[in-house]
This record gives sequence, structure tokens and C-alpha cells, in this order.
Amino acid sequence: MWPFIKKEFFHIFRDFRSMLILFGMPVAQVLLFGFAITTDIKDVSIAILDNSKDNVSREISNKLVSSGYFILNSNLSSNNEIEAAFKRGDIKEVVVFESDFAQKLQREGVADIQLIIDASEPNTASMINAYTSGIINSYSLELMKKQGKIPISIITEPKMLYNSGLRSVFMFVPGVITILLMLVSAMMTSISITREKEVGTMEAILVSPLKPIQIILGKVAPYVLLSFINLIVILLLSAFVFDMPIRGSIALLLVESILFIVMALALGILISSVSKSQQQAMLLSMFALLLPTILLSGFIFPIENMPYALQLVSHVMPSKWFIIIVKNIMLKGVGIGYFWKETLILLAMTVFFILMSVKKFKTRLE
Amino acid sequence: MNFRTVRPGITAINMSVSVQIKNINKKFEKLEALRDITLSIPPGELFGFIGPDGAGKTTLFRLITSLLLADKGSIAVDGLDSETDYKKIRNITGYMPGRFSLYYDLTVEENINFYASIFKTSLRENYHLIKEVYEQIEPFKKRRAGDLSGGMKQKLALSCALIHKPELLILDEPTTGVDAVSRKEFWELLKKMQKTGITILVSTPYMDEASLCDRVALMQKGDLMAVDTPSSIVDGYNGDLWQISSSDMHAIVADLTGIDSRIEKVFRFGEKVHVTTHNIDNKELGVIIEGVLDGAKHKNILLEGAKPQIEDCFLALMDEKG
Ligand SMILES: Nc1ncnc2c1ncn2[C@@H]1O[C@H](COP(=O)(O)OP(=O)(O)OP(=O)(O)O)[C@@H](O)[C@H]1O
Ligand SMILES: [Mg+2]
Repeated sequence: MWPFIKKEFFHIFRDFRSMLILFGMPVAQVLLFGFAITTDIKDVSIAILDNSKDNVSREISNKLVSSGYFILNSNLSSNNEIEAAFKRGDIKEVVVFESDFAQKLQREGVADIQLIIDASEPNTASMINAYTSGIINSYSLELMKKQGKIPISIITEPKMLYNSGLRSVFMFVPGVITILLMLVSAMMTSISITREKEVGTMEAILVSPLKPIQIILGKVAPYVLLSFINLIVILLLSAFVFDMPIRGSIALLLVESILFIVMALALGILISSVSKSQQQAMLLSMFALLLPTILLSGFIFPIENMPYALQLVSHVMPSKWFIIIVKNIMLKGVGIGYFWKETLILLAMTVFFILMSVKKFKTRLE
Repeated sequence: MNFRTVRPGITAINMSVSVQIKNINKKFEKLEALRDITLSIPPGELFGFIGPDGAGKTTLFRLITSLLLADKGSIAVDGLDSETDYKKIRNITGYMPGRFSLYYDLTVEENINFYASIFKTSLRENYHLIKEVYEQIEPFKKRRAGDLSGGMKQKLALSCALIHKPELLILDEPTTGVDAVSRKEFWELLKKMQKTGITILVSTPYMDEASLCDRVALMQKGDLMAVDTPSSIVDGYNGDLWQISSSDMHAIVADLTGIDSRIEKVFRFGEKVHVTTHNIDNKELGVIIEGVLDGAKHKNILLEGAKPQIEDCFLALMDEKG
């Protein structure tokens, strides 16, 4: 099988286009995605920590929850619970009222509300901040009109968690890793297998005593390695150019990535067994893999804001689960305990696609 | 050890194998690519499948190598069934597909090493088997296969097909797109190959290559029209055949067509024109032709009886089958 792998490397290194996709793309992608894409928010889960429990704080809480933008997930009772609430992963914001909120407002005309926001998705985070502050501001205006007294102000202090600079790079890197691994693994293998069909060399290989599994392994092994190198390049670039941290375990990140790479390779083989030409393989990879990965995995558009039907579709996107895992490791720095479910789902999908691709791979031409 | 009969005069170095094809039918959707093909090829034979595009040559080869499955009928190679024992058959078969199946971005040497390795052997180990062919391209071993001439590509592809010491060699249109000199060399190589005892099946659209085979099958649109030695096929030709030439070979086919009901067919054949007739002799035909061909246009008119070629037989058979 080694000669097979060697031959595959020759193909890759001698083809300008492959080299461009392999080594130009990661660099270009990581460097290019500075642009922001505005998104809307809806039904964001929040928690409230009300240290005052007075009329005003309750009224503000009600305004927030009834606005349609936020859903109250839980009421917290102390500062200590905040971190745990975020790590559980189901809330995006904690609204903290300082103690004696109403009293302070009456007496001094100034009171503080702290907004602690999960900023691992920077676009969403800044939206959440803007909407919360907006609702609170309009409430304070109302209050002023009603009381008609000295001006009062409620100060909102946003605090961004996980991504304090609110830098979209941090959000995009996990997405770019996902897309590139998908592209290199699935698209390049499917194209390279169909090329052999098109040129006619597949006929000669099939007629050899090689087993299908050997042919498959010979074809995909180089791409495992190259995808892996790619991953490292992206991580290094984002670390040194954008100061992106990897808060969790690098080893865990690499292992999860290998799982995803293997899954993508199996998809690539599957695509090659249903396509007759390189062009068909490329289009299929584009439309069946790449576009959904970009649009439905939560990479650009937050899944919470999608129509329900699309949210359901996003569950079957392996990339969605992988992005969650990568964000957890890189931005939150948590361990496998927080995303073992996602890992299991990814593992199940991988096994499924491997079985399918081996079964579908034919030792004949039809 | 198996004892196999080998044609007299052949030293069996390789163990060669027979191919039995029985009532094979193959359809692609509605198109009948092969219709009830039955054929027996003894060990050590150089057998040619002759037919134009779409005759079904490639399809038949793919059935023998089990790259396709037949709708009906069976194929046995050395007694092994092509459907159930295909792995064993593939082990003893060297197959050179229609488009040479070379990696154009790999060098000559890399191509041959790759094919050797997937058959679990190496160039060094089996160099002697392909020496004859490979020697001719060895000076270019560092060149990419895509930069080779047609003739050299063909020799490289043959080397790749031979590297694992096959007992059955299947060559699909090895001479298509190759210059005349290389074609001739290639057939000489095949003849030498055959002396080692290997069974060779070769397909070609060139009728003139038929005479180089031990036996040929004439194929047309999925039908086997004739199977015999080239000389018997030619001997079996009935009807009279003439060849005619004049100074204006462009106009001559049109000028001779439809001039007499006893003249059946007029067609260009190499440098000359072939004419088939019935119930008409040399003298009478000469008179008719002299009378029809305009002396100002056609000078040096030459009429002679022609020895039928495979192509003539092919056309006659096609007419017979409608
Ligand atoms: N996979 C396929 N699907 C549909 N039709 C096919 C397929 N393979 C071959 N055919 C058709 O079957 C017929 C026989 O094809 P085949 O390739 O065997 O002919 P051939 O004698 O090898 O001709 P050529 O000189 O073109 O190689 C043709 O009409 C061809 O179009
Ligand atoms: Mg063919």
C-alpha cells in the first residue's frame, strides 16, 4: 500500500491546482475573513442574577423577557453560579442587578446593571449587548417621564466572556478549520478518485489483486496527513497573527479533528462512488458538503436564529457538532466532559459513513 | 501441476489459459451491446476482435475481467467462472484498457513501479519478462508518461500489463492513435510475446491487422459475424471482386455508382476502388467501365481482379446480416 500512497503524493505535489487548494486556501481564508456579517437575534436564553429583588429590577427583568428577544432560562442567586451557568452552555447572557438597585436609583439617580455575555460568537454577542441595553434604556426613559423628576440613569456595563476583544477572528477560526478540513478531505479525495475513473486507470487498479479497502486507504491516507498539516497551519496562523488562544487541551483538539477528518474522507469516498466525472464530484462536494457547512453549521448564521426546519437540518450536519467541539476547546477551555455528547454524535456519524463508503465502493464498473 | 495442451511449435514458458465464452448477452438500458456471443479460445492463441466503434469489444473485455457482469451467459478463464472466481482470474490476467490507463503525471519508471507494486512484484524481479518491450522506453524512464509519443505510451502500457507475469493478456485497441511504424513494431512484439505461451486477446478497429492474428472474430453492433482464421475468412468470400484505379480517384466512386444492376458495390479501398459484381466477366466489365468513365477526366484506367481482404469480407457480412 505504501507505493499507492507515494503515487498519490506525486499526483498532489505535481498538480498546481491541488497545491493551491491545499496550501493557499488556509492562508487566504484565515487572513481574509475580517468582514463581519450582521445577524439578527431572537429567543436568546439568558439568566438573571437579581441582587436587589425590588420593583424596578423586577420590572426591567419582565421587559427583557417579554421583548421576544430573550427567554429566561434561570434565576441565579449568587455570583458563584455565573460561570457554571455559562459552561453548561445553554445561556448566552447573565443580567446582574446590583443590590439596593431601586434605592440607589431613587437616591443617587444612578444604578448599575452588569451584562455578562458569551462572546464566542462575536456577532451575536454584540447584538445581545445592543438589544439588552436598548430595552433597559427605553425603560429608564419611561421611568423618567413618569416620575418627571431629576434625571436618572441606569448604566449597563457589558462584559464579554471567552472572547473579551469581541474579535470575529476567534469566532471564525473554528469555522474555517471545519470548512478547510471538509474541503481538503472530502472534495479532494472525491475528485482524485473520480479522476482515476475518468482517465481509465481505475479499471487497471480494480483488475489488480488489491482489495477495495486497500485501494480506499491508499487513496485517503495522504489526505489525512495533509489535512492534519493544514490544521496545524491554521492554528499557528491564528495564534501568531491574531493572538487567538487555545484555552483547552491541544491534544484533545487534534484528536477530535482527526475524527472529523476521517468522517470527511468517508464522505468523499461516498461522493466519488456516486459521481461519474471529476466535475460531478466537485459540484456534489460543493452543494452537498461545503455550502451546508458554511450556511447551516452555525459558522456564519447562529443556529438559534434559523427557522425551525433548518434547525432540524443542522442537526444532521457533522460540521455543526464539530464546530461546537472546537469552540468549547479553543474558546471556553473546557474538557471532554462538556462535549462528550457532541463527540459521540460525531463518532457515530463517522462510523456510519465509513461503513457506507466501504459498502458502496465497487470492485466493478457498475 | 496442471497439464495443459499448447499449440504445436510453442514452447510453454508461461502457463497459458483458455477462454470459453458462452451465450453472453449484455444490455445497457435498451442498447444491446452484446448479443448471444459464443466463442472458444484455446491456450496460447493470439486472438483478434475486429470491429468498428460500438461493436462491443470493450464490453466483452470488461466482462472477461469481471469489471462488468453479463445479463445472460457465462465466461470461463482457465475453467474459472468470471463472476464468482473473478479474483483468481484477475491475478492471472494482464489487462490494458482502451486509453492505456497510465498516470500522465508520473514518470515512465514511476508508472511501471506502481503497477508492479499493486501486483505485489517489482520491476527488478520481473525485468526479464518485459525486457523486450521495456528496453525501448527505458532511455526515457525519467520522462512523464504524458510527454511520451503514442507509440511509447503504448509500449509503457504493455509493460505495465505484463509486469506481473500474466497468463492471459487482454489488450483493448492497443494500436489506436499510434503511428504506422509503431503499430508494426507492436505486432512484432505481440508475436514474440505469444511464443512464451501466453494467451493474447487483442481488439482493433483496423481491418488490416486481422491477418496478424491466429484467429479473428468480426464484430458489428454486438453481433459476432464470423470467427475463423484470417485466411479462411478471406477464402470464404463469394462473389467477384475487382480493383479499379484512374487518374481521378476523387470522382471515380461517384462515377461508377449505379451504372449497372450487376455492379453491387463500389467503395474506396486504400489507393484503389473496390467493385463487387455478379454474373459479369472481366471483358464485359471493362467495356462497361470504359464506356462510363469520361476519357477527359479519367486517364490510365486500370481494372484487375482483386484478392479479397478482411475488410471486403466484413462489408459483405454486414450486407448479409442487413
Ligand atoms: N457503461 C455503458 N453505459 C451505456 N452504454 C454503454 C456503456 N458502455 C458501452 N456502452 C455502449 O455499448 C456499445 C458497445 O460499446 P463498446 O465500448 O463495447 O464498443 P467498442 O467495440 O469497444 O467500441 P470503441 O471502438 O468505441 O471502443 C456502444 O454502443 C456503447 O455506446
Ligand atoms: Mg472500446
